[in-house]
Amino acid sequence: MSNQDALIEIRDVCKLFTDDGDEKQAVDHISLTIRRHEFVTLLGPSGCGKTTTLRMIAGFETPTSGAIYIDGKDVSAVPPYKRKVNTVFQRYALFPHLNVADNIAFGLTVKKLPKDVIAQKVDAMLRMVGLQGYNKRKVTSLSGGEQQRVAIARALVNEPEVLLLDEPLGALDLKKRKEMQIELKNMQQKLGITFVYVTHDQEEALTMSDTVVVMRGGTIQQVGTPQDIYNEPRNRFVADFIGESNIIDGIMPEDERVVIGDVSLDCVDKGFAPNEPVDVVIRPEDIYIVTQSDKGQFKGTVESVVFKGVHYEMQVRDTAGFLWLIQDTSMFAEGMEVGLIVRPEDIHIMRKSDDPNAAVYREEEAL
Amino acid sequence: MRRNHKALHLISRLYMVAVLVFLYAPILVMMVLSFNEGKSRGNFTGFSLKWYGELFQNAEIMQALSNTLIIAVISSLVATVVGTFAAYGISQMNRRSQGLVMNISYLPVINPDIVTGVSLMLLFIFMRMNLGFATMLISHIVFNIPYVILSVMPRIKQMDRHLLEAAMDLGLPPLRAFLKVVLPDIMPGVISGMIMAFTLSIDDFVISFFTTSGVQNLSIYIYSSARRGIEPTVYAIMTLMFVTVVSLLLLINRKSLGRTVAKRTRI
Ligand SMILES: Nc1ncnc2c1ncn2[C@@H]1O[C@H](COP(=O)(O)OP(=O)(O)OP(=O)(O)O)[C@@H](O)[C@H]1O
Ligand SMILES: [Mg+2]
Repeated sequence: MSNQDALIEIRDVCKLFTDDGDEKQAVDHISLTIRRHEFVTLLGPSGCGKTTTLRMIAGFETPTSGAIYIDGKDVSAVPPYKRKVNTVFQRYALFPHLNVADNIAFGLTVKKLPKDVIAQKVDAMLRMVGLQGYNKRKVTSLSGGEQQRVAIARALVNEPEVLLLDEPLGALDLKKRKEMQIELKNMQQKLGITFVYVTHDQEEALTMSDTVVVMRGGTIQQVGTPQDIYNEPRNRFVADFIGESNIIDGIMPEDERVVIGDVSLDCVDKGFAPNEPVDVVIRPEDIYIVTQSDKGQFKGTVESVVFKGVHYEMQVRDTAGFLWLIQDTSMFAEGMEVGLIVRPEDIHIMRKSDDPNAAVYREEEAL
Repeated sequence: MRRNHKALHLISRLYMVAVLVFLYAPILVMMVLSFNEGKSRGNFTGFSLKWYGELFQNAEIMQALSNTLIIAVISSLVATVVGTFAAYGISQMNRRSQGLVMNISYLPVINPDIVTGVSLMLLFIFMRMNLGFATMLISHIVFNIPYVILSVMPRIKQMDRHLLEAAMDLGLPPLRAFLKVVLPDIMPGVISGMIMAFTLSIDDFVISFFTTSGVQNLSIYIYSSARRGIEPTVYAIMTLMFVTVVSLLLLINRKSLGRTVAKRTRI
């Protein structure tokens, strides 16, 4: 754990909120190491504890148990205003009585830097976020995207070691969002600041991060590079949350072989107990459709076709009754008899026992 | 149909006028009489500022006036500071405690003044405090605090909850963060709360009456002089009080009116 590069270490942290006698375990025994200059994204559905984790790093909440180390020092007793961390809040929290320049200059004024230095830094920052000339504008007169940039500038101008961003692009439309994703990533690389980024948008997480942390119900489900997370989801929840997937029950009779229903397939996974029940994950874009249904590993009928721009999305019901989601650039008409083929390396096998929440999903699916 | 409508409109107009006449006629009569040359309550014998002149020569009245003003200034300032911090504290509580505390602070507002006055008096006596200037001042602070809380609270509610945290994030300790970013944002509520507290303090008779003895404010002076027989000087003080209170109330309304207008133009 004690890695030279480690900037933030979260060690076995829990956060229990007690509110009017109700108890809520917002964060449940999480441990995580964040390296210097890393872009880490906390990803998960609403209410999974992302904001709470971020607020504990910033110092706005104290862990109920466990400890957080920044630069090797336990920060439990360090108040937010003494941490080398700055935050971009979910709804910006710009100071409405100050203009754009004064908002950005706030942190520098607190540090009592000379006026001309502050003015210079503010101008440089405004240029960087593409708002030159906005100095005297009222923040209440700005659009959502502009406020967003001011909030980022206000935090970045302090040159913090760590920047915490809580769904900073949540208020933007899709196009603006994509632009800002690229800009943020560029800024992070240029300035060499460690980013801890919160989002519930899996695509955003995959495109921007060095490391993705998938969370659920206050726990960490998987930590890895975007490729790892996408290609080797550790359990059913991660597979389901990261992009669309076909998740089917299977059995591993031996290494590199999986049986789904009465179909036996080659795969590349090994190390399972003989005849161990497993979850099999296959991405919709990894399934090939052939018109001669006999040539496929599975046989089925196309039930629906939806045009999605780049590809068509089709649902195919196989002879065993499973409904496959398939993406393909060519269209296969509704009612057509087709065959499905999957390559061994596109089959991902997950141990059911790897999944601490297995019982929970079963319940959710039953609903 | 149309005609009916017009008639209705006229009736409602007349009704308004009647209500206003009933409300303001007595005050108008009093104001006119304060400029009367003679002492008569029945007829106006000529315009004069005699009573106003006498007013400022009367040491007892001047003493009462100064008590009233000093108490109004101190009690409204103290209540504003205490009430503003209290309102912020309450806003940070969880929802259920917040409701409870708000209801408790609201109680003195709906409580009849006489109950507040008598109970404060009993408390002071119980604590072996001599009734006088200090006890009257404390009482005014006490009854003013809820009004400040009630006036500041809506401003806090519409403020971004994370402003204080944002300022702390940028390096300010909590109290300085509050003064630097929260206070400017809720200032309109704080100021109208302070003006309201000031007005209520000038206005108060019942609570003052029970919580002091020997030391008079204007309202107590008027009450006791009325028992001796009302002099037109009293009309003059009351006219002055009325004008002061009304102008302050207009100021509050202008402020809140200005706010809504500003909001509309922003959108
Ligand atoms: N101050 C609080 N008091 C009580 N419960 C809280 C508090 N803050 C958060 N919670 C609860 O803790 C859980 C985690 O909340 P958190 O805000 O961390 O979620 P999140 O992952 O950021 O969700 P979102 O994507 O909706 O912002 C939620 O169930 C929330 O209701
Ligand atoms: Mg959140």
